[in-house]
Amino acid sequence: MSGHENASGAAGAEAYNFAYLDEQTKRMIRRAILKAVAIPGYQVPFASREMPMPYGWGTGGVQVTAACLTAEDRLKVIDQGADDTTNAVSIRKFFERTAGVKTTEETEQATIIQTRHRIPEAPLAEGQIMVFQVPIPEPLRFLEPRETETRKMHALEEYGLMHVKLYEDISVHGHIATTYAYPVLVEGRYVMDPSPIPKFDNPKLDDSPALMLFGAGREQRIYALPPHTRVQSLDFEDHPFDRGHWDEDCALCGDAGSYLDEVITDDAGGRIFVCSDTAHCRARRQAGHAGAASAPYEEAGA
Amino acid sequence: MYVAVKGGERAIDNAHAWLAEERRGDPSVPELSLAQIAGQMRLAVNRVMAEGSLYDPELAALALKQARGDMVEAIFLIRAYRTTLPRFGEARPVETAAMACQRRISATFKDVPGGQVLGPTFDYTHRLLDFKLAAEGTPAPAPEAAPGPQHTPHVLGILDREGLIEGEPEGSETPPDLTREALDFPCDRALRLQALARGDEGFLLGLAYSTQRGYGRTHAFVGELRVGMVAVEFEIPELGFAIEIAEIELTECETVNQFAGSKSEPPQFTRGYGLVFGQSERKALSMALVDRALRWRELGEEDTGAPAQDEEFVVAHCDNIQATGFLEHIKLPHYVDFQAELELVRRMRREAAASAAAAASEAAE
Repeated sequence: MSGHENASGAAGAEAYNFAYLDEQTKRMIRRAILKAVAIPGYQVPFASREMPMPYGWGTGGVQVTAACLTAEDRLKVIDQGADDTTNAVSIRKFFERTAGVKTTEETEQATIIQTRHRIPEAPLAEGQIMVFQVPIPEPLRFLEPRETETRKMHALEEYGLMHVKLYEDISVHGHIATTYAYPVLVEGRYVMDPSPIPKFDNPKLDDSPALMLFGAGREQRIYALPPHTRVQSLDFEDHPFDRGHWDEDCALCGDAGSYLDEVITDDAGGRIFVCSDTAHCRARRQAGHAGAASAPYEEAGA
Repeated sequence: MYVAVKGGERAIDNAHAWLAEERRGDPSVPELSLAQIAGQMRLAVNRVMAEGSLYDPELAALALKQARGDMVEAIFLIRAYRTTLPRFGEARPVETAAMACQRRISATFKDVPGGQVLGPTFDYTHRLLDFKLAAEGTPAPAPEAAPGPQHTPHVLGILDREGLIEGEPEGSETPPDLTREALDFPCDRALRLQALARGDEGFLLGLAYSTQRGYGRTHAFVGELRVGMVAVEFEIPELGFAIEIAEIELTECETVNQFAGSKSEPPQFTRGYGLVFGQSERKALSMALVDRALRWRELGEEDTGAPAQDEEFVVAHCDNIQATGFLEHIKLPHYVDFQAELELVRRMRREAAASAAAAASEAAE
């Protein structure tokens, strides 16, 4: 993993180290990652650095990605499932500039995927690393604001408060009213925040062949799901977890099984639903699938 | 027919170009030089250095220029730069008793060894807009005096000799480093002071003010406030002695606070401490008051539940770079989470409407 000192990326004119962070910092982060992998779902404190993008913009994810990147990697960055959202573009450019690594929009081609709020629709494979940007790593934070208390609760596996919260949801609303950042239980031990992905994506965490890393920069925590970890979304026997579904199909590619974004098309209540995963949607259209509102497929740049 | 919007990359580039143009302002007006900012906006530069945790007036001036005068943005630029700098080692603790004071006041004694030196202060100015400054502002030279004493003893040291004030408690041998280790609660005083020293001036001012108004009251006297230059010394292992590598401007504030005493200890005054880069008196005072309020546990005082007494609350929220980042990130797209909420609210409204309709038809039967 070493040998990159002063080997600034090919595209980077500035004299920054490979992937921006110095080797000492990357080593510190890798140690935290190794510990996190060894204790799935446990939040490992790490000395998060100030990054050249603001806290809340994915500084945790960026540091984890920087610590994992090698010159041979192929990086994909998504935000809200899309490769072309402004922040995804900004982070991808950052690594193109500071590490000179190849980038891709295709999930299957990527060795590292940094994401905010989604897991791609295409199944992940062995050898891939998913890096999640995490705003609040503590699943118990909104039930107990004190870090000293929540650490104790994790140590004692005292998760009653969380179950009471979910039960109260059911008694008030008839079902659990958490739709994203839906808490999971990792290997039967730690309750973990899967980051603000929609609960639709939660089943993709379970038994995944890919390594899942979670970085929270501002809160200085890293946690992980090694490949093939058991990840259960919290539920009750009589109220089993439900990932949700749409009545509509994607208006562009016709997919009935992917997570959809609602797009408002006019000011008269007109709206269509399209895949949030833009790479997935494009691949389907390329393969000839079409939805109700789709134009014939054209290559990007048109 | 619908074509999804693309072009995040071009939008970003164009936005940056526009920003650069806005930053420069009217090109027919001469551009600000860094020397002008560092020399004439010195207190702004001081704040950027203090909260950016990097003593370099020229870089702070550059950051202010680049940030269009936005303090927090300038501080952020400095922090992001600072984090890339290599560390050669640790300086020796600065000797503030040997400070070349340009200002030094005590509110607890009328006169003190070393004297009261007012120095360049706004304190007794009348806040009347000086319209002459709008045209030009070259003032008449200020009268000069001979330099003060080399060594100005701390006022609190005088109280200490009598045992009237608590001794300065020993810290740990090597103080923890907030920027190199993850924050862990409970934290010791050295770490808290580090966090406060780079904490947001406005946030600390509000907290300090709240203690004055009764939320964690400690009743502070300004034992001493001093502003001046101190030498920074660095131990070179190869040489076996320390050499002076820099001179920096600091503001130091020591407060004297009430203490009722306990069964085991006779009544004694207690201390609050503030130390900030540059002349930053409001920040140094605020820091000292908040430091003292946070010491309630160590001094056996009552926890009144005041925000300024709550270590986790204060330390976790005083960093304006963390705060502004997380606050402003809500401008980033959240379509996915919002979509999930939208679906849930629609579903719950459908369910509510259905059950209302069922109840109505039951009532009609």
